[in-house]
Amino acid sequence: MSVLLDISKIDMVFPTPKGDFTALKEVDLKINKGEFISLIGHSGCGKSTVLNVVAGLYQASKGGVILNGKHVTEPGPERAVVFQNHSLLPWLTAYQNVELAVDQVFAKTKSAAEKKEWIEHNLKLVHMDHAMHKRPDEISGGMKQRVGIARALAMQPEILLMDEPFGALDALTRAHMQDSLMEIQEELNNTVIMITHDVDEAVLLSDRIVMMTNGPAATIGEILDVELERPRDRLALAQDTRYNHYRSEVLTFLYEKQRKVESIEVKDKSKKAEKQDKTSDVA
Amino acid sequence: MTSLIAQLITKKNETVINANLPPFLVNFLQAVTLPLVGILVFMLIWSAAANSIDTSLGKFPGPKAVSEQMVNLIQEHVESREKEQAFYERQEKRNAARIAKDPDYVPKIRAYTGKETFIDQIGTSLITVMSGFILAAVIAIPLGIAVGLSKPLNTAINPIIQVFKPVSPLAWLPLVTMVVSALYVSDDPLVAKSFLNSMITVTLCCLWPMVINTSVGVASLNYDWVNVSRVLRLPALKHVQKIVLPASIPAIFTGMRLSLGIAWMVLIAAEMLAQNPGLGKFVWDEFQNGSSQSLSRIMTAVIVIGIIGFLLDRSMLQLQKWLSWDKSSEVR
Repeated sequence: MSVLLDISKIDMVFPTPKGDFTALKEVDLKINKGEFISLIGHSGCGKSTVLNVVAGLYQASKGGVILNGKHVTEPGPERAVVFQNHSLLPWLTAYQNVELAVDQVFAKTKSAAEKKEWIEHNLKLVHMDHAMHKRPDEISGGMKQRVGIARALAMQPEILLMDEPFGALDALTRAHMQDSLMEIQEELNNTVIMITHDVDEAVLLSDRIVMMTNGPAATIGEILDVELERPRDRLALAQDTRYNHYRSEVLTFLYEKQRKVESIEVKDKSKKAEKQDKTSDVA
Repeated sequence: MTSLIAQLITKKNETVINANLPPFLVNFLQAVTLPLVGILVFMLIWSAAANSIDTSLGKFPGPKAVSEQMVNLIQEHVESREKEQAFYERQEKRNAARIAKDPDYVPKIRAYTGKETFIDQIGTSLITVMSGFILAAVIAIPLGIAVGLSKPLNTAINPIIQVFKPVSPLAWLPLVTMVVSALYVSDDPLVAKSFLNSMITVTLCCLWPMVINTSVGVASLNYDWVNVSRVLRLPALKHVQKIVLPASIPAIFTGMRLSLGIAWMVLIAAEMLAQNPGLGKFVWDEFQNGSSQSLSRIMTAVIVIGIIGFLLDRSMLQLQKWLSWDKSSEVR
């Protein structure tokens, strides 16, 4: 398998009034084509920062990201992002939201009829063809996230970046969405980086689970290869010893090796760091 | 008294009419009767107060005098229209007769030059306010978007906006008058100078709330949407057209509604001073006129001004409902 994406020793330093804050330190990861990678770690450890650097929304302070031999310097549709809170444009229907992306990416390569077909195809893929012409405020949270995924898939990205895509959904909807995502993956075999908080989600969906240490100066702690054959079935896996072994590996990492020992002072600091993260988001 | 207040507070969301009627009828009755009761009480207080105020031009006009005057003003309008009609008919006949006598005669057509009626003046005022308002919108919305998008521009322009925003329109008027009479020189003017004076004054006062609201709307753009645009690599113009403009429509409309309210208030004052035919001039002329009917005519104008202002606001709201995607935004 060939390396598609090379995250090469990136550091991320945010300047703050109290001096520099190092969010990431030497994060180094190579991702093969067709791989499904999960990033897992405690909140505030810089998972989103890694994703934003890959997306090109942030620039790494040191090191860089190389996609297909090219240095990533700005955001682009070949690295489509599914945002945590769907970020659909509320004044457009589901169809129009996908259309905005398709019009931009396939402006010259597809005819009007082909574009229409492609939009409808992608909405069908996420089972949203019945509510194509509804606006985001008329559909449920799960449906919005489906449209968000359809929009990202419609860009035909080389790598799909998902920032806690199902974090805001209830457990049942989340399970349903995970099944849908596995279905889509089987068909398209995309390269995916997904951020998650959910250990089960990580084991169920990923080929590799990348576990991150706590910040500041967070980096990759361990990488776990999940060698469960696909298609995976959540019910069958619940009894599977290997599945439970992977689960306990991740849990051990999160709650023993990288247990968040938070005295009040430290908590205060990490909050500040988070705040800093957010303000730099806005800036 | 306290128990009355307590009753009013607790009954805020309950119906006052408690008869055994279907709920929709109760709601309807409530929606109609309560405002009617309010108006009735106001009328009573008004007429009682009016009766006890004596001015040098007679008693202060009560509701009765105003309603009489309202009919009067409409009648005057109808009569004036009839006169105008008759004038043109006479002119046509005269011209036809002269052409019959002398086929080479080129007929002269003269326009009717009667005094504007109250209704005409309402029309003029509406045209003036809308022209000033639209001119302001054409300048303010693009400027607001630019200021909202660019922090340096905002920092540069904000002090100017903050200084000009609280300036009364009447302070502008003399300056506008002088500038217009200096620059707008034409033998065959398209529009009257007085019209330009009041229109530009309206524009100057409308500008600031629209610029401020638009720029705040643009600056508080949801950052996720900006990221979507960045991932799609939308070109700058498309970014404004597809993301920025629709996202700030609710804020733009808030600014436009505020502005239109200000515009209508400013206009009346500007017309009074600029002598632009319109409701303001009507009020001023009646005041100078000082007949026994003047006060009731002014009072009629006051009420008409209020009603038109209310209708303008409502139509702006309706427009917002049609155009804005944000149906949840507080509509009051």
